[in-house]
Amino acid sequence: MTLNPDQLIKFSPLHRLQWEEAQQKDVILYPEGMVELNQSSAEILKLCDGSRNLAQIVADLEQKFATTGLTNDITAFLEVALKNGWIQQN
Amino acid sequence: MAGSNKINITPPRWLLAELTYACPLQCPYCANPVDYANYQTELDTEDWKRVLTQARKMGAVQLGFSGGEPLTRKDLPELVKHARDLGYYSNLITSGYGLTEAKIVELKEAGLDHIQVSIQASTQELNDHIAGTTSFQHKKEVAHLVKKHGYPMVLCVVIHRENIHQMADILAMAEELGADYLELANTQYYGWAHTNRDLLLPTQEQFEQAEQIAQAFKEKVEGKMKIYYVVPDFYEDRPKACMNGWGTTFLTIAPDGAALPCHSARDLPGMNCPNVKDYSIEQIWNESQAFNFFRGYDWMKEPCSSCDEKEKDFGGCRCQAYLLSGDMYAADPVCSKSPNHHVIQEAIDSAKASALAENEKPLVFRNSKNSKKLS
Ligand code: SF4
Ligand code: SF4
Repeated sequence: MTLNPDQLIKFSPLHRLQWEEAQQKDVILYPEGMVELNQSSAEILKLCDGSRNLAQIVADLEQKFATTGLTNDITAFLEVALKNGWIQQN
Repeated sequence: MAGSNKINITPPRWLLAELTYACPLQCPYCANPVDYANYQTELDTEDWKRVLTQARKMGAVQLGFSGGEPLTRKDLPELVKHARDLGYYSNLITSGYGLTEAKIVELKEAGLDHIQVSIQASTQELNDHIAGTTSFQHKKEVAHLVKKHGYPMVLCVVIHRENIHQMADILAMAEELGADYLELANTQYYGWAHTNRDLLLPTQEQFEQAEQIAQAFKEKVEGKMKIYYVVPDFYEDRPKACMNGWGTTFLTIAPDGAALPCHSARDLPGMNCPNVKDYSIEQIWNESQAFNFFRGYDWMKEPCSSCDEKEKDFGGCRCQAYLLSGDMYAADPVCSKSPNHHVIQEAIDSAKASALAENEKPLVFRNSKNSKKLS
């Protein structure tokens, strides 16, 4: 499974992304498990709503944080997310 | 032991709500206490809602509705809804018995996140024998419906000597049913499983063969199905890090409202497990004798107290130490450094002798009649 740069990316309906007040963190919840996210990972995943592909997610985040050169980091994280089943394409 | 101020108390993350001890099945490895029939009272709906609210406020986020069979509680959808409103990620741990499509839809609408269905074996005959109830076809039907209605499907199979030879078929069944997660739980010898240990404990060869098959399958289905493999600690030389450390992560509430640091805690001598009818979850978690009893490392004896692995396994399981050595402060006898380690080999030998005996004694099924007899 590798990321298709052209296809839209959406968060998996079999997982849940939510803010945890007690931990002051975003987490991914799934059967028997929980992953704590750092802020940048959470920002990326929140944009995986099925309306953007890789380039659009990168553009949105570069704009939001007024920076450039995020492509490699975001791609690497999304590859991991795909492998873990947190996100889906098609 | 208790409550040294230096111990940093972390908030609970997992809440296991054992709604009831009632269950139409009779699994001979059931983790419920052998004397469960003595606990007749059950918390009411308002008690449970208060417990969910208080634990959530402290930071609990994973929630298991279990039992017994939680579906026997008429207020389950109401509790599921309350849990969803609070932001829990909730799991129904069920035998599937009594689960209809209408119920599956109702629970989904109430906000249930996933359903874990247990299947006892890969064949109808063995499944129904172990469950003590005709249930195999219905369980498979339920697994399909769970999938159909968009839940992640978690299949749980408890592994022991009666079904371990079916490992390959069990895996094929999980694949056919489209499980997203498969829990292969080698029996842990507490509760009814302790009573039936001679009949349930597989030999080392059986276990190693089954593990190999499971490992190969795990690689084959990577990315499609996640496998949780609960190791049989009798064949390990280090104990499990039981409950991720006492009073650090897990909070179990028994049907009558007793708050337990682990599900067998009530069997430990002198353990005063507080009841949620008398105290708030915050008081119970932070201040009770029971939850502070084995926090930190001060309670440990040798060889654990000076062991450089104690932060990894916390000396193993307190209930196992007590059950197998009679001393709840001792190292878990599974550990090869434990002076009581020989009891593990004795248990293995005894199970083997029982398997070879001409007239193997029958399994003691988990039901109220046997519970009263044994308590
Ligand atoms: S293990 Fe079997 S008998 Fe025990 S609660 Fe679960 S389904 Fe019922
Ligand atoms: S001696 Fe105690 S702490 Fe050390 S590995 Fe064994 S059980 Fe764990």
